[in-house]
Amino acid sequence: MPVIEVTHLKKRYGDLVAVDDVSLAVEAGEIFGVLGPNGAGKTTTVECVAGLRVPDGGGVSVLGLDPRRDAAQLRQRVGVQLQESQLPDRLRVAEALELYASFYRNPADPAALIDKLGLGEKRNTSYKKLSGGQKQRLSIALALVGNPEIAILDELTTGLDPQARRDTWGLIEQVRDSGVTIVLVTHFMEEAERLCDRVAVIDRGRVVALDSPAGLVSTVAPEQRIRFRPSAPIDDRLLTDLPEVTDVHRTGSQVVVTGTGEVLHAVTSVLARHQIVAADLRLEQSTLDDAFVELTGRRPAN
Amino acid sequence: MHGFRQILRIEARLYLRDRPTLLSTIGVPTLILTVLGLIPALREPDPTFDGQTFVSYFAPSLLVVSLVVVGVNTLPAVLATYRERGVLRRLATTPAHPAALLAAQLVLALAGILASALLLIVVARLAFGVPLPRHPLGFALAFVLGTAALLALGLLVAAVARTTKAAQALAAPLFMVTMFFGGAYLPRFLLPDFVARIGDYTPPGVQALLDAWTGTSPQPLHLAIMAVIAVVAGASAAKLFRWE
Repeated sequence: MPVIEVTHLKKRYGDLVAVDDVSLAVEAGEIFGVLGPNGAGKTTTVECVAGLRVPDGGGVSVLGLDPRRDAAQLRQRVGVQLQESQLPDRLRVAEALELYASFYRNPADPAALIDKLGLGEKRNTSYKKLSGGQKQRLSIALALVGNPEIAILDELTTGLDPQARRDTWGLIEQVRDSGVTIVLVTHFMEEAERLCDRVAVIDRGRVVALDSPAGLVSTVAPEQRIRFRPSAPIDDRLLTDLPEVTDVHRTGSQVVVTGTGEVLHAVTSVLARHQIVAADLRLEQSTLDDAFVELTGRRPAN
Repeated sequence: MHGFRQILRIEARLYLRDRPTLLSTIGVPTLILTVLGLIPALREPDPTFDGQTFVSYFAPSLLVVSLVVVGVNTLPAVLATYRERGVLRRLATTPAHPAALLAAQLVLALAGILASALLLIVVARLAFGVPLPRHPLGFALAFVLGTAALLALGLLVAAVARTTKAAQALAAPLFMVTMFFGGAYLPRFLLPDFVARIGDYTPPGVQALLDAWTGTSPQPLHLAIMAVIAVVAGASAAKLFRWE
């Protein structure tokens, strides 16, 4: 039973079609990624889900409710962290969480949440004096302080340094383990690969792929590349005869074999049979990054 | 309005925490009054001012300063900043309505204006013998309508300005015009008569304040204009206000 269902969503701003036709379903308890190039319609899609925008067409259902008609109910049950939304400079960490907690019927304990997010020593620090990572964690805390069933997080780690980004990912996994369904909008492929159970790739206002990150990679960009230095001369035909191999070429003393499926096993078996040792063996597999380029024809904007 | 009480409490705390702004908005008119009041000649009755002292004559213009600084300067800047930084938008995703924050800011602006006006009137009375407003009801009415007109204009600026910079750019000329015609830059007896007459009709309506302070009831037309400005600007602001 999906907790979020979007069917044939459409949204225009004047002449600009932000969302052309988006359909997706998010299951309870998963981390669902929404990926896509800048301007693809990711944010507009989740804003329609969050009830911040009125769709021009199609349907949105969240926890079986209508984000516009049942807005009051859904705001109690859905936590949202928006892109680039800040707080007043002089507001302190604990004040912000206590204020936001007071809006909800069944809030989390602000003090416990502050500790959980590693902001314990900053509880009396004003917003202005927090680092980028701390601001981001506070922002996540505000999205969670209402004890939501669904958390929508838009561009969670943009602008964070690598360590802060990794810490944030760990935090999101903890939140999911506590039973919250998470919708994550991102353009970091590494983030999606690490966190998401399933991802929807949106391009030009449409869903162009919807699968697990691994599934997406193996269907969209299945090629693997093996590089090694053979210990004895090797006839290319030994390799090209293998059904898994699509191409063999050499660069200097290196052999580069391209193939699909169990190509690594096939190649190493042949080499073993001919008692050739593969020195400096390396396997290059496609990543979500490659799949993204295949699907959208663009590099993810980093 | 869900969340209003809690938001007001926090916003009041933030307002009080910002000492420099607090002191300048509430204290400056009284500071100017004190500087002028220390000059003996300005405390002598003068026929130019119908036998009042210059300090008495000028006090309503200082009241204009209180009103304009809060209504046209501070209020739009705070609201535009909150919108620009996404504070209003974030609030819209919670069970609280962003209008609660708007209302809280209006309450604080009113409180600031009242504190500033009270301080001015009390210091003027105790230190420099400026009589308390002689027509209290008319004074209260002129004060309330003038304040409403200015706050509505401030809200209108906050409504149409997309960014903090835009709000400042829109507020600056409004600030100067209302201050100038309110006699805050040049005392009004130095202004050509027609300029001073224009000032009767620019918010907050300094002539109505002066009339009521010195004893006659304010002219209905002056008050009516302020009410019209308040309603028109307020309604436009409500219609045009963008939450993001």
